[in-house]
Amino acid sequence: MGFWSSVLLPLVLCLLLFIGFFNHSEKLSHSPGMILWLQFAGAILGIMGSLILPMLIVFIAYSVNSIEHKADTWKSLFSLPISKLSVYAAKYFYAFFLVLLCLLLFVLFTLGFGNLLGVLKPELKFSEYNVASLLTKVYLKLFLSSLGILSIQFLLSLLFRDFLKPMGIGFVCTITGVILAGNGWTYAYLFPYSHPMLAIKAMEEGLKNNSQPTATPQITIDLFTHEIWVSLAVAVVIFIAGYFIVLKKSVK
Amino acid sequence: MVIDTEGLTFNFGKQTVVKSLSLKVPEGSIYGFLGPNGAGKTTTIKLLLNLLKTQEGSIHIFEQELQSNRINILSQIGSLIEQPAIYLHLSGKENLLNRALLLQVPEKRVNEMLDLVHLTSAAHKKAGQYSLGMKQRLGIALALLSDPKLLILDEPTNGLDPNGIIEVRELLIRLVNQHQKTVFISSHLLAEVERMATHVGIINFGELLFQGSINDLQALNQPQVQIETENTVDVANFLKRNNFTVTEVDDHHIYIPFTSKQNMGEINTLLNQNGYIIYSINKQQKDLEKLFLAITHTA
Repeated sequence: MGFWSSVLLPLVLCLLLFIGFFNHSEKLSHSPGMILWLQFAGAILGIMGSLILPMLIVFIAYSVNSIEHKADTWKSLFSLPISKLSVYAAKYFYAFFLVLLCLLLFVLFTLGFGNLLGVLKPELKFSEYNVASLLTKVYLKLFLSSLGILSIQFLLSLLFRDFLKPMGIGFVCTITGVILAGNGWTYAYLFPYSHPMLAIKAMEEGLKNNSQPTATPQITIDLFTHEIWVSLAVAVVIFIAGYFIVLKKSVK
Repeated sequence: MVIDTEGLTFNFGKQTVVKSLSLKVPEGSIYGFLGPNGAGKTTTIKLLLNLLKTQEGSIHIFEQELQSNRINILSQIGSLIEQPAIYLHLSGKENLLNRALLLQVPEKRVNEMLDLVHLTSAAHKKAGQYSLGMKQRLGIALALLSDPKLLILDEPTNGLDPNGIIEVRELLIRLVNQHQKTVFISSHLLAEVERMATHVGIINFGELLFQGSINDLQALNQPQVQIETENTVDVANFLKRNNFTVTEVDDHHIYIPFTSKQNMGEINTLLNQNGYIIYSINKQQKDLEKLFLAITHTA
């Protein structure tokens, strides 16, 4: 379930965007290639940081754990001759892998559909600009910024059997994170759920500062900003804390 | 001893679920762990599997301390706790293959297990569509997959039909007799384990009320005289007046503790001479079921 959601989500979103651009190709035909790419990729990235990514993580973390809750298999997993660390880490890294896969597919589908548009509608000048390395960097930054949330949500889903608790907490925190980051609160970088939004904002600001109407603007992405470090630190600390909780926890 | 616990105690909050339990399970035995629902059986089993942390007392399995040798011990145990843990979206065979992968057991073993529990024909059906009995059999197959020396089964015959119960019983007896396994099996039905168990432990309210071989249990069992007669109440009153202890009276029978055949004859004569019509009089062993109830009720 988690696997297919992380494959279908990028496919469906990119496909919708492709259709939208395809139908409005006349309006977009005078934009230069780079702006076109930014519009195309930005449409997803805009909500990606604020909503899609945190919610995707909530869902993936839930689905990886709920499969054991539902089948009541925690007790049999923990009565196998396998160390508790292996069980816990294997679960975590599968969730980790799913998030990575999903973001990777976003990059591939964005590039794929963009280039397809360029071929089908030659008036759209997608081929003018190569966005691949920039896009990869943006998504890599998003991925790193989301690891803090992943650790927290993973632990919540492991501890709570039902969907509502991790989902509710994740949702409230995401909204809080968006508000904090959106209002430019100074310490927003300390709150994990603000990180994806901050990552996107940093990029948008970089864009505004640089873009001059005449020359082709240069966009540089600073990968390791302080919110990324906080996100990584939270991810590691919660992961380790989670292991000790699992170790102490009785399996009902 | 395969399982040896000393003063094992476990509390859920303020409630003591297991009270200083000292289990002794010898090698090669089928140990029937009996008690009514909620007596602490499952909690004990979870303690034995290190799913619950031991709060007081000690657990030794295969003569090794459980906490410090967890993985080594668990690698020799197959277990089935409460309802079997099965991935319902996978087929029976996929469930076994998945477990085989985790335990690094060859795939051949999966087919043997399917054969053993008669699930070969349903191997590719989704486990979600299995009947309760099939799920239980799959659970047993999962427990046996790694060819463990000790099997810990929590009410494995729950939901099985009589045929299934007999099959499981025969399978367990075969495992113990031919493959030198030890089986620890919990149940709330004495009749179910009576026919296979070599040793019995009876638990209620977390306390071990009886532990010993099945023969020890039967030795506790007092034979009695069963008298079938027309008017049981009158006869019972008459016997009481003549200084006999009447243990039980129902619509058709009277029960008196058995002392000797001589004594049984005297009762018969006495009743006949006083004009009571006796349909039958015989010596009877109290069945273990009643004994079990007696043990669990007196506590």
